[in-house]
Amino acid sequence: MVLVYSDDKKLTLELLSKAHELGKELHKKVIAVSIGHEDYAKEFLEHGADIVIVVETSQHQFKAEEYTSILQTIMKDHGNELILIGSNKNGKELAGRLAAKLDAGCVMDCIKVYMANKKLTTERIVYSGNAIAVEEFSAAPQILTIPPKVYDPLPKNEQHKGEIIKKKIEPEHFASKILKTQEMKSEGINVEDAEIIVSCGRGFKKKEDIKLVSDLADILKGRTVGCSRPIAADLKWLSEDHWIGLSGHKVKPKLYIACGISGQIQHIAGMRDSGVIVAINKDPEALIFKSADYGIVGDLYEVLPKLTSAIKGKQG
Amino acid sequence: MNIIVCAKQVVDVAEIKIDASTKKPILVGIPQKISDMDKNALEEAIKIKEKHGGKITVVTIGASDAKERMKELLAMGADEGVLISPPEHADYHVIAHLLAGAITKIGAYDIILCGEASIDMFSSQIGPRLAGLLNIPQITYAQTITVENNKVLSERNLGEKAVSMESSFPVLLTVTKESNTPRLPSLMAILSSSSKPIHEWPATGVTGEALVPKVKTIDIKGIPMQRKNIIYQNDLDASISKLVDELGKVGVLR
Repeated sequence: MVLVYSDDKKLTLELLSKAHELGKELHKKVIAVSIGHEDYAKEFLEHGADIVIVVETSQHQFKAEEYTSILQTIMKDHGNELILIGSNKNGKELAGRLAAKLDAGCVMDCIKVYMANKKLTTERIVYSGNAIAVEEFSAAPQILTIPPKVYDPLPKNEQHKGEIIKKKIEPEHFASKILKTQEMKSEGINVEDAEIIVSCGRGFKKKEDIKLVSDLADILKGRTVGCSRPIAADLKWLSEDHWIGLSGHKVKPKLYIACGISGQIQHIAGMRDSGVIVAINKDPEALIFKSADYGIVGDLYEVLPKLTSAIKGKQG
Repeated sequence: MNIIVCAKQVVDVAEIKIDASTKKPILVGIPQKISDMDKNALEEAIKIKEKHGGKITVVTIGASDAKERMKELLAMGADEGVLISPPEHADYHVIAHLLAGAITKIGAYDIILCGEASIDMFSSQIGPRLAGLLNIPQITYAQTITVENNKVLSERNLGEKAVSMESSFPVLLTVTKESNTPRLPSLMAILSSSSKPIHEWPATGVTGEALVPKVKTIDIKGIPMQRKNIIYQNDLDASISKLVDELGKVGVLR
């Protein structure tokens, strides 16, 4: 069986696309697991699942210990050769714990998954975005996590029929508990879907100056502001929705403009797939220029207003 | 309070150079250091010890040169070190079993602290794996950790969500880079740490059976990054107009 689970519905659909392909190659059925959401079942079938297991449980909120226990229970009944888990923070802590329970190999954040020499082979980015590790599994069970946007969901196929199995599972309970969950202040920004991103980094002296970036973003189609780690994680001038990099969001816009960003490899790892990359930095030696198609060496406080008005002029 | 901190010696990724012809990273001769977030984990441990007393043991799996790195951790405030020589072939499965074996051998513990991930491989699976093997609760991506009499409270940062959790002991936590700023040891602390013990254990001494990796690395390959690298300098107005023309031509301003 190829088993798919993520607490994120959209990511589950993306994983199902890969699971369907692997299932065909390995002659195995694809099982999607939905914990608590019966309403997702039909959609999962239409996007590649052969079986959807809808779990009814007392643990409504994701919690790694209990959800590991739920998946273990499912695997006892359905086999556990290959498990695909959505690579967000919940998914990764689930995958690691499950791997320990099954004494399984686990590869996190796969950007490529394929069969080579009859072995399940994965590629993932390591050394802060400087290299790709190619790894192969030598034993089952095999667990991998796949980040968002690596695969596109299959087109909806209403003819693809399958089975929906409802299961009541009471997991093993642990001594930890969730006291409170708070949605982080989100501005509804989705950098991962943006076509054009103007991004800011440590070159900005104060929070108010980010206006220079949003002014430019506003006149460009896409209107999305991104940033590097210090702006979101340390200074908190922007919410983490804007954070682009290895630990932030991975983006691939048509145009990426990096302003006052030094170009640490962690940041590059988040934006290297962009179509055209423009860098603005006052330091001609800044690393960012090595990863850019076009660069302007200059003070961003001078460059940005001029660039904004020049593009406005061009657009007429 | 018995606290165990798991720390990994890694290559300093900021120092990695790329071989121009193969595009592969050059890893030989790169300085080694303790992975950043593992130092954050130790800093949390020291803060807990300062408030509640106890003992901090640092566990590392690494070659004998990791002993030098471990001395830095003892100077920061750990009480004892355990250094396990790695087997020839290891994956996360093997490493987690070695850590679990070492921790069981160390004996009673209340809190295990790990970094959220290591800066070289960034897999973030050792913490959850270790908690799974020991069958204890796990609190990952901890931003704050507060220890009260018989429990620990923690704020976790999950990006779009902030989750507050609590757990009784024993518990494993992984900490983020933003959780604190690890202290730099004073000269006095460095000098006095030389008397702190570092126990060197062979891998075979901590797990009963020989461990076989489940995943094998078959290649570390380079990432091709081909960019035009057209850089405009000097006359700013001319630079901007050239840039805007170029962007127009490649069709990204439409």
